[in-house]
Amino acid sequence: MDTSLIAALEGNIATVGYGLAAIGPGIGIGIIVGKTAEAMARQPELRGQLQTTMFIGIAFTEILTLLAIVTGFIF
Amino acid sequence: MQLVRLIILAVTLIVLAIIASRAKLVPGKAQSIVEILIEFVNSSIIQNTLGLREGKRFAPMLITMFFFIFAMNLGGVIPGLNLAGTSVIGMPLLLALWTFVTYVVFGVKKHGLGGYLKHETMPPGVPKPIYILLVPIEFLQVILIRWASLTIRLLANMVAGHIMMVVFIGMTQALLFSGSALIALAPFSGALAIGIYGFEIFVAALQAFIFTMLTAVYIQMATSDEH
Repeated sequence: MDTSLIAALEGNIATVGYGLAAIGPGIGIGIIVGKTAEAMARQPELRGQLQTTMFIGIAFTEILTLLAIVTGFIF
Repeated sequence: MQLVRLIILAVTLIVLAIIASRAKLVPGKAQSIVEILIEFVNSSIIQNTLGLREGKRFAPMLITMFFFIFAMNLGGVIPGLNLAGTSVIGMPLLLALWTFVTYVVFGVKKHGLGGYLKHETMPPGVPKPIYILLVPIEFLQVILIRWASLTIRLLANMVAGHIMMVVFIGMTQALLFSGSALIALAPFSGALAIGIYGFEIFVAALQAFIFTMLTAVYIQMATSDEH
């Protein structure tokens, strides 16, 4: 195999890896934001605190997807 | 890259210094914008997580961090600079290590070294055998994972946003100059490029907010009293 073929294969495998890694956080963030919307509908006066907690939750679950992007670049 | 960071730093410092030195009791336009931003950071991050008394102690550091990260992130959308200051690893690493040192120092000051480790790694009310699982994980989180994840989150968001913008603008240009029937697709990718541009500005503000909020949460967890 010459190097350009190996490079193309590696690039494609990295993309497939990222695609697989994006499933979990996608579902997770959807659940977080959905529950926050539900809670905001129940108690509108807690909007600010619920929004803050939602952002913290999104930050934690997003980190796994970002690790996948970075790993694709490193290896 | 050095030049971009230097320019953003100099511009931010000069603008904020001028606005602060001309502070009047009834604010003009520039001063009221800065005051709105400070009030937003103060109320939604500092008051909500740290409380009023501790919040006053850490407010200068957190507000500085927020403005600094916001300005550096916005470098990616300014037409001349084209590069976000936080898109190489040095800047987010430095900010994350600043957070790490701050919350460890203040935690140790409040609880003592052994007391701080006990406070962070052993939450009360947990049955004894689970401690064997929990202590290494929590220790690893305090020592390594918190600042590493802060770094990577900021870095990867900025790099990914920049790459997306480059891809869409490059696609628009390649489609326009291809000379074949693909030119019809160019307006869509152009619209996407403009959309990603606006999204970049939102992500810049959001990432600054998240970094500052997580710093405040970590400091609060380190200096909180026992229940």
